[in-house]
Amino acid sequence: MLNRKDLLGTSDLSKEEILSIIDLAERYSDDNNNHVNNTKILTGITQINLFFENSTRTQVSFEIAGTRLGTNIVNFPLKNSSQSKGETLLDLASTLNSMFPDILIIRHPNSGAVQLISEKVKCSVINAGDGYHEHPTQALLDAQTIRKRLGTITGLKIAICGDIAHSRVARSNIFCLKTLGNQITVIGPKNLIPKGVETMGVEVTNNMFDGLQGVDVVMVLRLQKERMNGSFFSSEREYFHQYGLDEKKLKYAKPNAIIMHPGPMNRGIEIDGDLADDINRSVITKQVEVGLAIRMAVLDLLTENHPLRKK
Amino acid sequence: MTRAVTFINARLIDPVSLTDTFGSLTIEGGTISRINGLTKGAVIDCQKACLAPGVVDLGVHICEPGERHKESFRSASLAAASGGITSMITFPNTLPVIDNPELLDFFINRSKESSKVKILPTAAITKNCDGKELSELGFLRDRGAVAFTNGLQGIQDSKILLRALSYAASLDLPYIGHCQDYFLSRGSSATSGPFATRMGLPAEAIESEKICLDRDVALAKISDVHYHASQITSAMSLEAIKSHKSKRKNVTAGTSIHHLIFDELDIENYRTFFKLDPPLRSRHDKQMLLQGINDESIDTISSFHLPQDEESKRLPYELAATGAIGLQTLLPAGLKLVKEGYLDLPKLFAKISLNPSKLVKSKSGNLSEGCPADLVIFDPDIPFVVDRFSLLSKAKNTPFDGHKLYGKVMRTLVDGYEVYNCGD
Repeated sequence: MLNRKDLLGTSDLSKEEILSIIDLAERYSDDNNNHVNNTKILTGITQINLFFENSTRTQVSFEIAGTRLGTNIVNFPLKNSSQSKGETLLDLASTLNSMFPDILIIRHPNSGAVQLISEKVKCSVINAGDGYHEHPTQALLDAQTIRKRLGTITGLKIAICGDIAHSRVARSNIFCLKTLGNQITVIGPKNLIPKGVETMGVEVTNNMFDGLQGVDVVMVLRLQKERMNGSFFSSEREYFHQYGLDEKKLKYAKPNAIIMHPGPMNRGIEIDGDLADDINRSVITKQVEVGLAIRMAVLDLLTENHPLRKK
Repeated sequence: MTRAVTFINARLIDPVSLTDTFGSLTIEGGTISRINGLTKGAVIDCQKACLAPGVVDLGVHICEPGERHKESFRSASLAAASGGITSMITFPNTLPVIDNPELLDFFINRSKESSKVKILPTAAITKNCDGKELSELGFLRDRGAVAFTNGLQGIQDSKILLRALSYAASLDLPYIGHCQDYFLSRGSSATSGPFATRMGLPAEAIESEKICLDRDVALAKISDVHYHASQITSAMSLEAIKSHKSKRKNVTAGTSIHHLIFDELDIENYRTFFKLDPPLRSRHDKQMLLQGINDESIDTISSFHLPQDEESKRLPYELAATGAIGLQTLLPAGLKLVKEGYLDLPKLFAKISLNPSKLVKSKSGNLSEGCPADLVIFDPDIPFVVDRFSLLSKAKNTPFDGHKLYGKVMRTLVDGYEVYNCGD
């Protein structure tokens, strides 16, 4: 049960809330594997996908999640739209409000923008990523993937590697995994570690070998090249040498440690291509599968008290 | 009110002698004619209210010409008068920028037509504040510029800055500098640290201010100009300015009232009315500034009044405009600091009235005989809650909305003329 209008981040989610989402997602995950039809659950609910930033997997994942549950989905076209004609974000929000949507899925390149819209609209809002602030469904799906593979999601040693500074995935994962009681180390060059990140309760190191020592989970982040202006590292091959996950570095983790990546991957930059494809270690494709179930669970839980569902 | 008037039974707040005593003050012909002398002319009983030199606010953005929907001379001066301000030292960042004598003439003429309080204009030291070519500084001084500045932008090119400062020194006008390293602060909207990290905001290193301050002061030393660092907002640059001031006479520094009352945590969930330039700092920085406010390191406290319309503030934090209005909240927020014991009333008026006047060689800002009768009468103890919609500025972007502040302005006088009366 989620007693909230919106899902804007993991920073204010309680342990119980996180587990209730993951538990429900577990059921949807089984249903998806067994071809169970759930399309009656959210019949009549209108879902608008509003992606101000390019996305493939997240948008498609939300779209399929909605379809599986029976929502009416509208993908709001932002290219050549009123936005490019100078309409403000809040005007757009009130326009949408007048169309009585039930749930908005929003991605925006600026931190805080999704919250700004959520304050203006009456319906539920799910943050599908805002700037480098939060991306809560990614963190939830990561937690569920870990639980599926390792049987637990508490008391683990987890390393998050790479571009922490520009990563909303890192922030949401830190909040979520800390709440669930795990020990987290962030690893990256000083340039890509944001100042004061240790106040979020994580260990910080600039050395992959140190950071990966005895971890259960290695999360590799994508180098957010599109968010970088200026020189954060010298070259991609040099970055791979220092911070790219390869066999040599992975040896320092526990023998059964799993490898995760939120995608899309830059093979040969932050992760070795063969390692990413190793089905014994890498759960990257599993993450995508679980992501669908998590998004179905979130859509379900946020609309639980909707009048259409009581009939 | 050029005839004689005597204010009796007043708490005279004198920032020159740093005294706070009961007495009387007589004005005549627009100037202060006598302190504690025989009663002359009309008599006004202040009933133990404070009588102090009017506030001189530095760094005011009037928005005329170019953005009159945000603020005009009329609205700014009404707000100023009701906030106890008798002079506004304006910044030249209008549209277009005040960087030539014709525009300065226009600005001064408009102010004479519409403003109830004194306007002391600064002029842009470089054309369009681009930091590339010098403005016609001599003309600007002769038409009435009281100081040169590049507004809220520093000058990136050190060589240009050195030449600009040297030219300003030849003309015997001070330079008001904005200390933010261009490259470190570019694209940022918060101060680097745990808060910005948690909120995912692009942030500038706090060192940005000190690096720029140190460079500017070094260049000011070569050129021998009077250098005023307009906003010292970090513990680090407070230490630096102490050291610079101990070595050089013509270096002064100020801070903004907002950085003394608020810190980055007040931004909470992306509240854009708290987006300022420079950005709000850590709680530690604010506390160090407050502890240092009673000594001589910080000469001036100002509002850096910068009106912004709702459209430019109701945006995602990174995209929202910076700045806050402050004409009606500078004195009340200063009085809050007095209430909380950080400094006393004469010290406060040294920083919000006397020192800014001295910076631009104005005779306001003190209660001495022969000085202009720019005065404010107020009760420092009356609390009130700020309602942004009741403020007189056209734009309502104040971070003080809903905040409890102190003080009630009863009368404001400029050259002996009453420009504001609360009506009680």
